[in-house]
Amino acid sequence: MGLRYELRYAGRNMPEPAATPVIEFRDVSFRVGQTQVLSSFSLLVFKGETLVLLGRSGSGKTTTLKLINRLVAPTTGEIYVNGRPNTDVNVTRLRRGIGYVIQDAGLFPHFTVERNIGLVPSIEGWPKERIRSRTQELMQLLGLSPEMATRYPHQLSGGQRQRVGVARALAADPEILAMDEPFAALDPLTRDELQREFLLLQQRLHKTVVFVTHDLREALRLASRIALMEAGKLVTVLTPQEFVKSSDPWVAAYVRAFGDGLESAANRGAS
Amino acid sequence: MNVLRFMLHNRGQVLELTVEHLWLVGVSTVFAMLIGIPLGILIAHRRRLNKPVLAAANIIQTIPSLALFGFLLPVPWLGDRSERLAILALTLYALLPIIRNTYTGITGVDAAVLEAGRGMGLTESQLLFQVELPLAVSVILSGVRIAIVVAVGLATIAAAIGAGGLGEFIFRGLAMVDNRVILAGAIPAAILALLADVGVGWLERRLRAR
Repeated sequence: MGLRYELRYAGRNMPEPAATPVIEFRDVSFRVGQTQVLSSFSLLVFKGETLVLLGRSGSGKTTTLKLINRLVAPTTGEIYVNGRPNTDVNVTRLRRGIGYVIQDAGLFPHFTVERNIGLVPSIEGWPKERIRSRTQELMQLLGLSPEMATRYPHQLSGGQRQRVGVARALAADPEILAMDEPFAALDPLTRDELQREFLLLQQRLHKTVVFVTHDLREALRLASRIALMEAGKLVTVLTPQEFVKSSDPWVAAYVRAFGDGLESAANRGAS
Repeated sequence: MNVLRFMLHNRGQVLELTVEHLWLVGVSTVFAMLIGIPLGILIAHRRRLNKPVLAAANIIQTIPSLALFGFLLPVPWLGDRSERLAILALTLYALLPIIRNTYTGITGVDAAVLEAGRGMGLTESQLLFQVELPLAVSVILSGVRIAIVVAVGLATIAAAIGAGGLGEFIFRGLAMVDNRVILAGAIPAAILALLADVGVGWLERRLRAR
């Protein structure tokens, strides 16, 4: 306990008075043909928090994430990013301000690690030297040894690829990170390692993170708040501590499915 | 040996016709690439167009070459110089493998990679030039390789309409019932086809994305 605990806790859960919304979903619906993927979805994401979108496959969480950087356009409703509708901003500008990480990293197979990480800075026209130093800085931050710079994605392990994916997303220092099941394809040990590093990284960087997962343990460990989704609807938004105790039937069902020992999982990230 | 002696004796003409042959194949392949690659990119992005475009290219491919040369002969500007006509016909034949391979190469790019690129804020043209084309280049080149090899063979028929090339020897040999003369055209043509195959194949491997 004590000060250390307080600080960690503050890092994970933004104190209410200081909370500024960075992303806001206003009554968003999304339909493809006859399928209602999202219905009247409203949600605030605050500065510096890690909001986890949790839900089973097909619950609409990935769509929700893609609405933020306009990979998907809503059928109705609006998404605000930094206080402006995200349709007001040029779409490339918007996306370059939002780091995007996906499952299996989606690295460019024909680029070296270095070029993958430096891609956005380079299309933004940064001078070569600055790109190089930024790339080195990020590789160090993500625990990638310098000699990896010239390797190609297929020469890396899954965990290393995902680190490169995160480094690439951070390259132009975006305020927001959108992460779509980034650790889902990793083996349990590597996933554990990357989750731990994600928490450490987040303590240093305080990015506004929207993180999609179906893994409750991951959600409890990483989230400031968990938004549970089911069939295109937002069920509830709770902190991890509240989540494991909630009596909401959907939440309880999710918790039950993951079995015992979750309380400790919820506390592990916090303490 | 007779053949070699004949070729050596007529080396000036063999060389001249080989150069003509290369010219016909080279120009038509460049045209086919200039038309086929953009068209392949287009149908890879507008999937609705892929069936009609590929069907059209397929139909052209099924027209017997001799008949195509014949059909085109009365066309005014083309008929003026048989070389133009030969190049147009060869270009049309080279289109199918180039369009189809460009389409296959581009649509074969991992959707996750494209989405990551798009999500990072790459524009569509940055995606095309920095991601799709580099990743598809070896497939596209293998289409070009097929087109060239086919064109080297087809170009021999251009001699039938007086467009020159190594077909001259072949037709002359047929008329004279002299195998030496036929082979003097066929052997260099075969060598050209092999060289093109090996050369572009090498380029293909060099450029293959990892």
